[in-house]
Amino acid sequence: MAEIILRRWGGELAIAGAIALFLLPLLGIPGKTYLTLTIAGLAMGMLLFLVASGLSIIFGLMDVLNFAHGSLFAWGAYVGFTVFNLMMDWVEADSVLMNLGVFAIAIVIAMIAVAILGIILERVIVRRVYGNHLFQILITFGATIVLVELISVFWGPNDEVMTVPFTFRGNWDVMDVIVDRYRVICIVIGLLVYSVIKLILKKTKIGTIVRAGVENREMVQAMGHNIFLLFTGVFAVGAGLAALGGVAMSVFSLQVYPHMGSTYLLFAFIIVIIGGLGSVTGSLVGALIVGLSYNYVAYLVPWAAAGSNVIIMIVILLVRPTGLFPSGE
Amino acid sequence: MSETVLKVEGVHTFIGQHHILQGISFEVGADAVTVLIGRNGAGKSTAIKTVMGLLPPSEGRILFRGKEIQRRKPYEIARMGIGFVPEDMGVFSGLTVEENMRVAMLIEDEATYQRLDRTLEMFADLRKFWKAKAGNLSGGQKQMLAIARAIVNDTSLLLIDEPSKGLAPIIVESLIEVINRIKDHSVVILVEQNFSMASSVGDNFYILDDGIVVHSGIMAELVHDEELKSNYLGISKVGG
Ligand SMILES: Nc1ncnc2c1ncn2[C@@H]1O[C@H](COP(=O)(O)OP(=O)(O)OP(=O)(O)O)[C@@H](O)[C@H]1O
Ligand SMILES: [Mg+2]
Repeated sequence: MAEIILRRWGGELAIAGAIALFLLPLLGIPGKTYLTLTIAGLAMGMLLFLVASGLSIIFGLMDVLNFAHGSLFAWGAYVGFTVFNLMMDWVEADSVLMNLGVFAIAIVIAMIAVAILGIILERVIVRRVYGNHLFQILITFGATIVLVELISVFWGPNDEVMTVPFTFRGNWDVMDVIVDRYRVICIVIGLLVYSVIKLILKKTKIGTIVRAGVENREMVQAMGHNIFLLFTGVFAVGAGLAALGGVAMSVFSLQVYPHMGSTYLLFAFIIVIIGGLGSVTGSLVGALIVGLSYNYVAYLVPWAAAGSNVIIMIVILLVRPTGLFPSGE
Repeated sequence: MSETVLKVEGVHTFIGQHHILQGISFEVGADAVTVLIGRNGAGKSTAIKTVMGLLPPSEGRILFRGKEIQRRKPYEIARMGIGFVPEDMGVFSGLTVEENMRVAMLIEDEATYQRLDRTLEMFADLRKFWKAKAGNLSGGQKQMLAIARAIVNDTSLLLIDEPSKGLAPIIVESLIEVINRIKDHSVVILVEQNFSMASSVGDNFYILDDGIVVHSGIMAELVHDEELKSNYLGISKVGG
């Protein structure tokens, strides 16, 4: 009986559960703090979404478990860090335009550089292990070690301080609710990226072919599309998104360090599993769940923050083994 | 004598460790529908997938209009003008009918849109459900979509794997009509277990068994060869 109910209403139950989960903290947290935490959680979720979405599309289309995704993220952060250092007068300028300018330049250069790195990685390494998950894990793990070592060689092994552009610092006070400026920027970036990805997947021919490929690679090939070119392209886009996430996250956490990728990769995998492999909307919802719950739990029961995500993941998998948004979209 | 469009010569194909095709040969002319028949597991689908490049042959040659294609990638083979309708239809169920057709259209030019119009005249249901998710179509409609996708390009050879599988007799009737119309534009190779369908559209036949061709000939003769039918197709001698 319970099983039938679960099967019939599993999706609705999961969504109702998710909503309840976010209203529940209101019992223990004063309203204004709750709003501040919610904004922090949304911002963190959007940043995690940037890392997770690339991972999810790569898995959905290519069936590749890319453990090197975290090191691509770190590379993005370091390239952004270098651009900031080279243009420090723009970073320190009391001008919204110059600050946004240097932020945009850092993001674009990081995305291009890391996309090229991603293309090399796909062509030289990943291509050899299509269809074999164990080899993929081993070989992309190996690539991670090399990529992280290279960061140490080029930039040094120590933590470096990332400077927040001048006008991004500080808070707005909206009716006594403290709103961190940069968090709002992160939320806007996340929404923009999500809309652009959805638009490309829905409205363009290449996006439609990618969605078709997530469903059935073999058929897409047999219909005359060069799947390997498509793989390389998608891998490059995924790498670029990781780089964008890296730049944005380093400004958020005020630092860069060679191993920064591994922390966020773990989050990203949890998100992809929660959201459903191959689903961009799933990545967004999963990332927001993780970001929000992390912040609520960190306030209520600080020691449980890290574990809470794993527990949420397990609960969701019990209700919906394929994640919230299985396959495609 | 008509020109040879496809020539398969001594092809061997392995799936993993299993030696599935064991030296298969057949030839397809320009003005006939060729039917591959044989028991379940005989290797019919494997043969078609090998031609399409989805399974690499370990030995042998495949010539399409005189050019060797056995080492080419599936997308190259498709772009040479070979259309493919797989056994499971390969419909993208999360995409709409329109999106399925769009993925299929390799060049979106005037001629392709004319072919699209002609195709949709033949399959009125596809136009009716143009914006609907392909996953919600009925089995027969999915089969129509799969065929429509394969003929919207300028294909000169069409490989169709068991289109009648799981369909009601009345739908099979309309499929026969469709294939009879397609053969005016394109050479057709059909895998078919349904003997009444095979015999009403096929001109030539090859019987496959255990990965080789065991018999071939003209369909009109097979219709009367009760012994052959009962040996390889499991069709009872008793009747009529
Ligand atoms: N992925 C696979 N791994 C191992 N063996 C396979 C695989 N695919 C097919 N085979 C085997 O290859 C043989 C031929 O299969 P194939 O699908 O070509 O047969 P078929 O003639 O199309 O049969 P059917 O009429 O049932 O569609 C079968 O014995 C089947 O078990
Ligand atoms: Mg078959």
